[in-house]
Amino acid sequence: MPSAISAHSLEKTYGSGEGEVRALRGVSLEVASGEVVALVGPSGSGKSTLLTSLGLLALPDTGTIRIGGELVVDAGVARGDLAAIRRSRLGFVFQRSNLVPFLTAVENVALALTINDVDARDAKDRAHALLASLGLGDRSSAYPEELSGGQAQRVAIARALAMDPPVLLADEPTAALDGPRSRDVMMLFRRIAHERGAAVVVVTHDHRVLDAFDGVHEMDDGILSERRSGAAHA
Amino acid sequence: MNLALKDVRRQLPRFVATAFGLGLLFAIVLAMGGIYRGMVDDAVLLVDRTGADLWLVQRDTRGPFAERSVVAGALEARAAAVPGVAWARAFTTVTIQRELEGKPFRATLVGLAWPEDRGGELPLVAGRALESVHRELVADTSLGLALGQRLPLGDDTYSVVGLTRGLVSASGDGLMFLSNADVLRVESYQPPEAVRLRRGAGLADDAAAPMIAAVAVRVAPGRDVAEVRARLAGWPDVSVSSTDEQRALLLSGVVDKSRRQIGLFRALLVVVSAIVVSLVIFNMTVAKTREIALLKLMGARLSVVVRLIVEQSLLLCGLAYGVAVAVAQLAFDKFPRRVAVEPVDYAAAFALVLAIGLVASAAGVRRALAIPPTAILAG
Repeated sequence: MPSAISAHSLEKTYGSGEGEVRALRGVSLEVASGEVVALVGPSGSGKSTLLTSLGLLALPDTGTIRIGGELVVDAGVARGDLAAIRRSRLGFVFQRSNLVPFLTAVENVALALTINDVDARDAKDRAHALLASLGLGDRSSAYPEELSGGQAQRVAIARALAMDPPVLLADEPTAALDGPRSRDVMMLFRRIAHERGAAVVVVTHDHRVLDAFDGVHEMDDGILSERRSGAAHA
Repeated sequence: MNLALKDVRRQLPRFVATAFGLGLLFAIVLAMGGIYRGMVDDAVLLVDRTGADLWLVQRDTRGPFAERSVVAGALEARAAAVPGVAWARAFTTVTIQRELEGKPFRATLVGLAWPEDRGGELPLVAGRALESVHRELVADTSLGLALGQRLPLGDDTYSVVGLTRGLVSASGDGLMFLSNADVLRVESYQPPEAVRLRRGAGLADDAAAPMIAAVAVRVAPGRDVAEVRARLAGWPDVSVSSTDEQRALLLSGVVDKSRRQIGLFRALLVVVSAIVVSLVIFNMTVAKTREIALLKLMGARLSVVVRLIVEQSLLLCGLAYGVAVAVAQLAFDKFPRRVAVEPVDYAAAFALVLAIGLVASAAGVRRALAIPPTAILAG
């Protein structure tokens, strides 16, 4: 199966001298379309650095990143308009839903489309359909403050999926949710991966949901371990 | 989807309150311009109203408006006899401050050249022009006098027979129009004891040879103004100036310092307004740090972020401008001095407000552009 996203020999160092921290030490990772993988590890192990590198938010010092086979970072240097790539080919989900508080649920989802120049009415129709498919059809007019934590997280996932990106990156998406809701969200990721063929990379501390992943990578001190099956961690 | 409007809707009461405060500031900027324009209008009102081409004033003075001028009353007849002069009228004016019904009463008396000028061309809003050479006057409504009211001046009591609106002196005092003879009576009035003392000291009676401020001269149609002026300028006891020169004297002398003062004050207010808008927009931008970071993380073009900031700034300024216009319409008429705001002033103020909005949004835009997309991950 072709890699939806791949990283090769990523290196990232913060600071210098005695304060130097090597956040990524030759990290390589491949995630295929339709696959859901987890990045686990202690705080400060480099998980978030890897995720921000894969999300083209902070470039590695060296190494390459490909999305859908296209080279987007080469030797730590951007190839092309990274914002445009993020806009159309990457979806992000965070620990907090990070919904725009002055937009309704449907407007939050439509926002991801309108910034991609999708017509406003079309964007709203597609956002409505997406929310309905995630079981939030009756909450589309609600503002974030009117949604429960689980509902808000599902709206955030809908927003991340709006452009049907080939890669979905999630940073602790279940940290603020209780057990059943965490599992719901993970099952949703699996469904998205299988139905839409998206590659899903999730940074998590939540061992309750590791069995939902196709593979689990453990990070420690900037080094990414070999891949293991999710069930093995459960 | 307009993000700026949606964000404003979320914080509408605060936004409107801010716009209201800013609107009051803009209203003062607008008023400053209006006060200056009103001052200019008031200053040249008498010059323009007279309809003269030339002014004969005391030799080597710049009177009668910019400084005191005293000429003999006989000058009127001498000027009228000059070939090419259509008419020559004595111009008398005096400012008085008395007490009326226990309150200070300040007015500028202007003489009418009875019987040719009885005030028929005054913009009366009530009553009539003068019908008698004595003891009648036409007053401006700003003086607070009522039609038929009787006003003691000197040794006489005068009846208000007509009312005008918006006729004030360069100092902003309401005008009262009386016959020239009555103005001179009021000006030269001395109590009987003072007259007795003067006579006892062998001094001439003031009323014996009346003195006036100036003579206004109208050149006959078809006659060369320069030619008439040259002839009058040859008289050794007077100086001659044109109406345009009188206007220039007023604007460059009497009004100029006020103009500069108001101009500086206005410039300061514009700067203060720009700073206030900048701070408001900057704070609004800081409050949206997470939303802006999110937009950037999602890959939104910078223009989306810039539009969000600039549109809110313009919206704030636009709303404030609306408040300023409303204040101008409702309150400027109630100011003690004329505040003359013309449509061109409103248009200029609108352009200025938009410029302030654009300039002020720079700080917010700069702040927004500095927000990294990873700020959303900061927790």
